[in-house]
Amino acid sequence: MKIGINGDSAIALAWKQIDPDVCAAYPITPQTIIVERFSDFVADGEVETEFVTTESEHSAMTVCIGSASAGARTVTATASAGMALMWEMLGIASGMRVPITMAVANRTLSAPLNIHCDHSDVMSARDSGWILLFAENVQEAYDNAIMSMRIAEHPEVRLPVMHNLDGFILTHAIERMTTLDTHDVKDFVGEYTCEHSLLDIKNPVTHGVMDLQDYFFEHKYQLVEAMDASKPVIDQVFTDFAALSGRKYEMIECYRCDDADYVTVVMGSTAGTMKEAVDQLREEGHKVGCIKMRVYRPFPWEKIAAAVQGKKRVAVMDRHIGLGSTGPMFPEVCSTVIDQDSPPDVVNFVYGLGGRDVPVSDLKEVYMSMIEERCDKLNFLGVRI
Amino acid sequence: MSKKTSRELVMGGMIVEPGSAMAFETGDWRSYRPELDREKCIDCLTCWIYCPDDSILTKEGKMEGFRYTHCKGCGICARNCPKDAIRMEPEGE
Repeated sequence: MKIGINGDSAIALAWKQIDPDVCAAYPITPQTIIVERFSDFVADGEVETEFVTTESEHSAMTVCIGSASAGARTVTATASAGMALMWEMLGIASGMRVPITMAVANRTLSAPLNIHCDHSDVMSARDSGWILLFAENVQEAYDNAIMSMRIAEHPEVRLPVMHNLDGFILTHAIERMTTLDTHDVKDFVGEYTCEHSLLDIKNPVTHGVMDLQDYFFEHKYQLVEAMDASKPVIDQVFTDFAALSGRKYEMIECYRCDDADYVTVVMGSTAGTMKEAVDQLREEGHKVGCIKMRVYRPFPWEKIAAAVQGKKRVAVMDRHIGLGSTGPMFPEVCSTVIDQDSPPDVVNFVYGLGGRDVPVSDLKEVYMSMIEERCDKLNFLGVRI
Repeated sequence: MSKKTSRELVMGGMIVEPGSAMAFETGDWRSYRPELDREKCIDCLTCWIYCPDDSILTKEGKMEGFRYTHCKGCGICARNCPKDAIRMEPEGE
């Protein structure tokens, strides 16, 4: 069915269809609508979910870890300062291998105080052992919420997943979206059976133990292998989802890249604007394309390397600045090309901080500055200096 | 004992064998060793109540000595003994 819906409500709808066991959350702009809508579903008896209202995001994630360890399918959502407050618990969730799924309504971190979109919240957690998915539009935000559960709970993965959607741009904007039937969603996510559940009293188990010099490294290495193992699982989940929905996703999406000399690498809602910029420049005779990253963790090294090979120049678009360094995606994309013969010139554009509007004209200028060799290694798109 | 590899270990450091702490010997953390003066001991078992580990050995309600494989030498038993029947002796002397 086609409906008009904003991104936050689409996440709440996906959860309603999934009917998870537990949701523990604390509201924060621009994630608030997710938990408001979902708590309505709980109050109206449309789901059987146990909704736990906590006093902070740190507590929300702590409750999620406990409930997921007990074997409950657990969801939550946060943004910005809320994620910063739960940061300590993020690594505990992945380290304890609890398959929580969390919607993140990407919003910048203060100061100055600002409630609008950039990726500084999620980028601060990019190495915390969570799988990271990004959405270009409301449809993808809905689809990612459903697919995340299958990825997280796969026995060879058992890692938490953050499915990101750009604050306000996707969380609050109403777009047309195609829903899935509720029974199809339930069939797709299936029943969750938790190995080593705390509630399995016939097989007692201890979670969250101390682990010192002699075993910590080995357990951390398990996460390395789980991240690697998640790649074929993600591909399989995308394939299965395509059979259900007709929407086929890939870890990276190459848009008009085949014969392109100049490409960008971009995540989130800006990918949609970037495709429009590509279309307009193609009309004007420029050989340009763009690569959209849907999955940022695990980082799709081989796919990015293959997609940028042979290009003249690549602009990595970061909606975050690693202060004192570059955007966070830039060095990672650079490292995919270092062993290529005649690698492309890779440059970095930091853009859209604090929700700064990113019009098509600015993105066309990214390409034109690459083509006309006017760009620096590190560029700040549209900032007044 | 050879240590388990990453792939041999249960994920996430979960412990799936109950009571496995018995296999983890902590006695070598000790720098002071409790010694019992059997003459002074009245078998009140105050030491057994206070021991934060499981290191006071008893048999039929009588104090039998210490489980040195696990005693960390904290000295709480000696401090709380009402008859001064436990002495803390330096290890390695």
